Amino acid sequence: MDWNKMLSKQVTDIPRSGIREFFDLATGSKDIISLGVGEPDFVTPWNIREAAIFSLERGHTTYTSNYGLESLRRAIARYVEEFFHVAYNPLCEILPTVGVSEAIDLALRCLLNPGDEVLYHEPCYVSYAATILMAYGVPRPVETSVDDLFALNPERLEAAITPRTKVLMLNFPTNPTGSVAPLETLRKIADICVKHDLFVLTDEIYSELRYDGVEHVSIASLPGMKERTLLLHGFSKAFAMTGMRLGYACGPAELIEQMMKVHSYTMICPTITSQEAAIEALQNGRPAMLEMRDSYHRRRDYIVGRFNDMGLDCHMPGGAFYTFPSVQRFGLSSKEFALRLLQVQKVAAVPGTAFGACGEGYLRCCYATAFNLLEEACDKMARFCDSLS
Amino acid sequence: MTQDALLKLLETDARLSDEQIATRLGMKPTEVASRRAALEAEGRIVGYQAIVNDDAEGVSAFIEVRCTPERGGGFNRLAARIARFPEVRNCYLISGGYDLLVMVEAPTLPEVARFVSEKLSSMEGVLSTATHFRLKTYKNNGLLFEEEKTHERLVVVP
Repeated sequence: MDWNKMLSKQVTDIPRSGIREFFDLATGSKDIISLGVGEPDFVTPWNIREAAIFSLERGHTTYTSNYGLESLRRAIARYVEEFFHVAYNPLCEILPTVGVSEAIDLALRCLLNPGDEVLYHEPCYVSYAATILMAYGVPRPVETSVDDLFALNPERLEAAITPRTKVLMLNFPTNPTGSVAPLETLRKIADICVKHDLFVLTDEIYSELRYDGVEHVSIASLPGMKERTLLLHGFSKAFAMTGMRLGYACGPAELIEQMMKVHSYTMICPTITSQEAAIEALQNGRPAMLEMRDSYHRRRDYIVGRFNDMGLDCHMPGGAFYTFPSVQRFGLSSKEFALRLLQVQKVAAVPGTAFGACGEGYLRCCYATAFNLLEEACDKMARFCDSLS
Repeated sequence: MTQDALLKLLETDARLSDEQIATRLGMKPTEVASRRAALEAEGRIVGYQAIVNDDAEGVSAFIEVRCTPERGGGFNRLAARIARFPEVRNCYLISGGYDLLVMVEAPTLPEVARFVSEKLSSMEGVLSTATHFRLKTYKNNGLLFEEEKTHERLVVVP
């Protein structure tokens, strides 16, 4: 078979995820401490798992509506209004999806015509560029830097806009930097979007994981933004439900309806088990969620302190469970540093370049790992840094 | 808040040193030490013990005790008398169909029986007892006794 002829060029041209590459290397080694994960170290709280079991016990094993369970959408509407201060109609403005990843894919496919440009801030989650390409769009990353604490700089954003720009993707708190956008910055970004008639996809999957008592603000809640924003959220991070694969999109009914159409042909619906578990999460999951958040908070303070002590310059991330320390003073590339750290000290951290070219010089270290392992990882990294300087 | 966090950590693992606790809570070790000492002094922290799975050894019984309250003292004096026996591991005053729930441990079943008939039932003020023997422990002090092996996360994920 001539696979060059057989396979879609659109797909074969998409590079493999840099994180995938590093995963293959790390999986080969034994006894490693991993700071390379992107998921909570908590098991889904028992009441939520029990709701999933109860759903199965009652024989709830069917498809649901393509819009998902109405009871779930009503619960989401209540939660979103209370948490994000934006009201959506559960009958036509909310779509439960298989994780936020599916929602991003659906939204881009429904918004883009071939050649339309999509702006997003880099370093960013690994799927953004690929998903834009798969929707025949043109990815246009806007670099962020430590000078702005990796929040999107409005001037740089505006400079990147062209007549073909249609969509802006945002992700605050950010994977991989843990950065958050100050309210003033969000307001400026919102003004730019209105001025240039851009549509906003805002991936706020980490929004509950904000620290230092700062309240999360969604761009969707700013004046004039609800009509041009698709708010994406889900259960994976705050409720430790990554494996349940459940997210949702909230936005204008016109877009949600088109997304539902693609969703109905490709996914049909998320599993009913996850949907019923998610209702329990929304109704009774808050105490467990706050406990997990406080635990991440303490670990963040610890790891950032240790990194700065050992010479890995690290800003204090305002959210998520990632740190993004700089390795620049050691004269190694991100990849070399991560590889040698893995080989010599058996600590896995992901090179910043996996999240975009401007991640060069940084590592993504996830602190959703047991405290004693974090301590051990920090001790090993400190020894490694000492050996380099 | 810090006090709650400190207690929570100690309840999870009482062997953590003051230094380890200080690291986890972002405090100074001396501050942890003084807070812990204060909690001990005021009787909030009563002791530090290992949680032992002793299902395979000895006999445990939960005994429901109905008793007559005393004028002025209620159940306290009788409960304190019962609680002093070394066989008694836990003793609670509770609401409902009986008054005291007494958990007793002894090496053999006859020894538990003897304790109930000779010591407990014969005590003045005790009206009746109902003894339930423990068959198996599933959870004690918040710890599952047969915890399944944790499901491993992948080493690197997006």
